[in-house]
Amino acid sequence: MIEVEGVERRYDGVAVLSEVTLSLPKGGLTAIIGPNGAGKSTLLSVMGRLQKPDAGRVTLEGMHLAQAPGRAVAKKLAMLRQDNHTAARLTVRDLVAFGRYPHCRGNPGPEDQAQIDRALAILGLEPLADRFLDQLSGGQRQRAHIAMVLAQDTGCILLDEPLNNLDISHAVRIITLVREAAQALGKTVVVVLHDINMAAAHCDRIVVMKGGRILRHGTPAELMQADFLSAVYETPISVHELAGRLVAVY
Amino acid sequence: MSPEIRARQITHRMALLALLALLAAAAFLLLNARGSWDFLLPFRGRKLAALAVVAVAIALSTVVFQTVTQNRILTPAIMGFDALYVLIQTGLVFGLGAGRVSALDARLVFGLELGAMVVFALLLFRWMFGPAARNLHLLMLVGIVLGTLFRSIAGFLQRIIDPDSFTVLQDRLFASFNAVDPGLLTLSALIVAGLALILWRLVPELDVLALGREAAVGLGVPQERLVLGLLVIVTLLVALSTALVGPVTFLGLLVANLAYLLLPTGRHAVLLPAAALIALITLIGGQALLERVLHYDTALAVVVEFAGGLVFILLVIRGVAR
Repeated sequence: MIEVEGVERRYDGVAVLSEVTLSLPKGGLTAIIGPNGAGKSTLLSVMGRLQKPDAGRVTLEGMHLAQAPGRAVAKKLAMLRQDNHTAARLTVRDLVAFGRYPHCRGNPGPEDQAQIDRALAILGLEPLADRFLDQLSGGQRQRAHIAMVLAQDTGCILLDEPLNNLDISHAVRIITLVREAAQALGKTVVVVLHDINMAAAHCDRIVVMKGGRILRHGTPAELMQADFLSAVYETPISVHELAGRLVAVY
Repeated sequence: MSPEIRARQITHRMALLALLALLAAAAFLLLNARGSWDFLLPFRGRKLAALAVVAVAIALSTVVFQTVTQNRILTPAIMGFDALYVLIQTGLVFGLGAGRVSALDARLVFGLELGAMVVFALLLFRWMFGPAARNLHLLMLVGIVLGTLFRSIAGFLQRIIDPDSFTVLQDRLFASFNAVDPGLLTLSALIVAGLALILWRLVPELDVLALGREAAVGLGVPQERLVLGLLVIVTLLVALSTALVGPVTFLGLLVANLAYLLLPTGRHAVLLPAAALIALITLIGGQALLERVLHYDTALAVVVEFAGGLVFILLVIRGVAR
């Protein structure tokens, strides 16, 4: 389980996160949604200890993230960032192999190889495994980075807009995969999503953010309300039931 | 291309580089030998050792610096090391006079230069990684501005110095492998070897760092501490080679990029030794060419930059065509 307690984060004096407190139980898929500039990515970065909070703290199963040794945390928590540019000349397999660094420190054994192959297979990257990253399309590269996160084999996974650049088929495959990981393997997965309907259809919980604060936190059924969503996005949104799902129309 | 073919290609190219480095060393030692071998071999051997120490120091420092800064056109020289070296030398000659500077203990001057450059770089890095700023572009700008400042002060001093002293100074400012103190050489070789060993043990971390700051933190590398430590190593290497023979700026950029072009891999276990070998080939081969073929008619920098520049352009064109 992951707990965020009173986290604040400021850029040049402007608060991007103010007093964010959030407790997510072990297992399950949680989506963070909200308009641009709501602080979603910043919150995820703080949870993934890529940024240090100016106040407050994040704990993962009782482990204080800012103080725990890096590799110990990296065995329990993996994060996909929004912007994944790498200057180094790497093949897909090289990149995915980096996911095993916390476990093997650059010296992969058979167990690590198995994890790498498994992650490549899950994302359908086997035909591309020996291609260089700069020879791939944006969506293929995105899948390679997701594979790296999976290869890290952690109990907690944070994904910042994992569906960026993906076509419908890959987007559905990945969100389904992530949901299966959360349900079958008991992993705690947090995703930042832009597509409300994707969040409502696949996630167990939704966290709605705006202006650096968490507005509400609940199940999709509780949050898929036309008035609330219209206010959050400052756009008229209606919610309909369609094929057994709640669908927002805007 | 399958990983097996690629691995074999890398092995082949590394072997070729090693062979070329050996050939360059042999050419340097044995070519045009006139006179007694008893004199020639130790004399040339010492020079060869100085070239080797400097080549390794420059190659390792540049590759590590480029990995840390995520940039392949920067070299540690951007921080104004060369300019600081020029300023120290000019200041010494200006303040003490050419005669007394020449009489100074070489070890004292070496220690002074090394100390000044390390302190300068650490202040710069400390400031860069302090709370005030962590912006690479800012660091580059500050480095360039300080470098210009140092160079301007040195230029001013050089203009008001008397012509005799200036001649002495000019001689000291050219990178020279002829007059290296044997004691200093041994010391430098030991330090470079020690630092290379540390870098070798940090190879997995360097590989991860090349992914970028955030990816490195995500994978559990103690990024801030590691980067600071690596920059200290880079500083020591650059300061050492500069204090030993003077500024050899272009070489680092050349050998690091040649290594990237020749060896399509992100693994530092390959890149570091490859860059070191290319530096050995360029520097020793260049010096052999200079001494044995051109008979000292020009400066080493000219040979290195001419030959290196040609190869570099060739590789870039081929890389574009592919």
